[in-house]
Amino acid sequence: MTSIFSADGRNVACTLIEAGPCVVTQVKNVETDGYNAVQLGYGERKEKNTPKPLIGHFKKAGTTPKQKVVEFRDFRVEFEGQVALGKTVAAGEVFVEGDFVDAIGTSKGKGFQGVVKRHGFGGVGGQTHGQHNRQRHPGSIGACSWPSRVFKGMRMAGRTGGSRVKVLNLRILKVYPEKNLILVSGSVPGPKNSFVILEK
Amino acid sequence: MSDLIKFVEAEYSEARTKFPSFKSGDTINVHVRIKEGNKERIQQFQGTVIQRKNVNTNGETFTVRKISNGIGVERIFPILSPSIEQIDLLREGKVRRARLFYLRGRQGKAARIKEKIRPRTK
Repeated sequence: MTSIFSADGRNVACTLIEAGPCVVTQVKNVETDGYNAVQLGYGERKEKNTPKPLIGHFKKAGTTPKQKVVEFRDFRVEFEGQVALGKTVAAGEVFVEGDFVDAIGTSKGKGFQGVVKRHGFGGVGGQTHGQHNRQRHPGSIGACSWPSRVFKGMRMAGRTGGSRVKVLNLRILKVYPEKNLILVSGSVPGPKNSFVILEK
Repeated sequence: MSDLIKFVEAEYSEARTKFPSFKSGDTINVHVRIKEGNKERIQQFQGTVIQRKNVNTNGETFTVRKISNGIGVERIFPILSPSIEQIDLLREGKVRRARLFYLRGRQGKAARIKEKIRPRTK
């Protein structure tokens, strides 16, 4: 992440994303697959590290083996006819400054966390009035002889992070077509150098 | 920092270096553009630089401390802020650390900073 000053003098935190070059590795349509979709591949990987079936799949598209393959379903009409097997999609062709995109990524894993961090519980809210060892505890998790059990879905401590997260409406501040880079305002799920899916 | 971020921030490297180079311990005068309603005017903030943070990135800031009417005032400026009109370097200080937070506990004579003696240039 970095920051730039906008035209009205506000400092905007922004994330740099390398959005391409992607290669169309498969085009699905209603007749053969039951739905419309386009499959894009991004990033290089060695042939010896690629599973044999995938090598064949990439060969069919006429590209080198790709690291990440993602399917985009039901793309908008304005992109119809622009996609063809083996075609390279660059960031400058798809993204325009001022557009809004959604970013999907896997959030950073936080390990086993308590309810305050995991679910935003308030904790006890003080150290006095008889509290001495339960500042960040969940409190009661249910009633007494009825229902005599804890309800399903009760929010408790556990593994946190590392889940698929979608962040909506990130404004594109800048596009660098020569390097396939886009600069979006705000943050994006996941650690540095991780993959994100951008939807427009 | 990754090379790609450096590539983006290189665009602003000129903006970052347009002011005279100053360090913590120096006394500077910052001309800040201030908006009052529709009018814009320039206010000066003169004091000692007590720290520079995140140097050589877009997020670089510096903190200026001064004593105003007997009360210590600190202001943090982002170096890329478009509201900074001009920075004058008034006095170079000779200090032994990068963050001069010890000045906060001092007043008057004890809060002085030695001036750096520069060899006279011909």
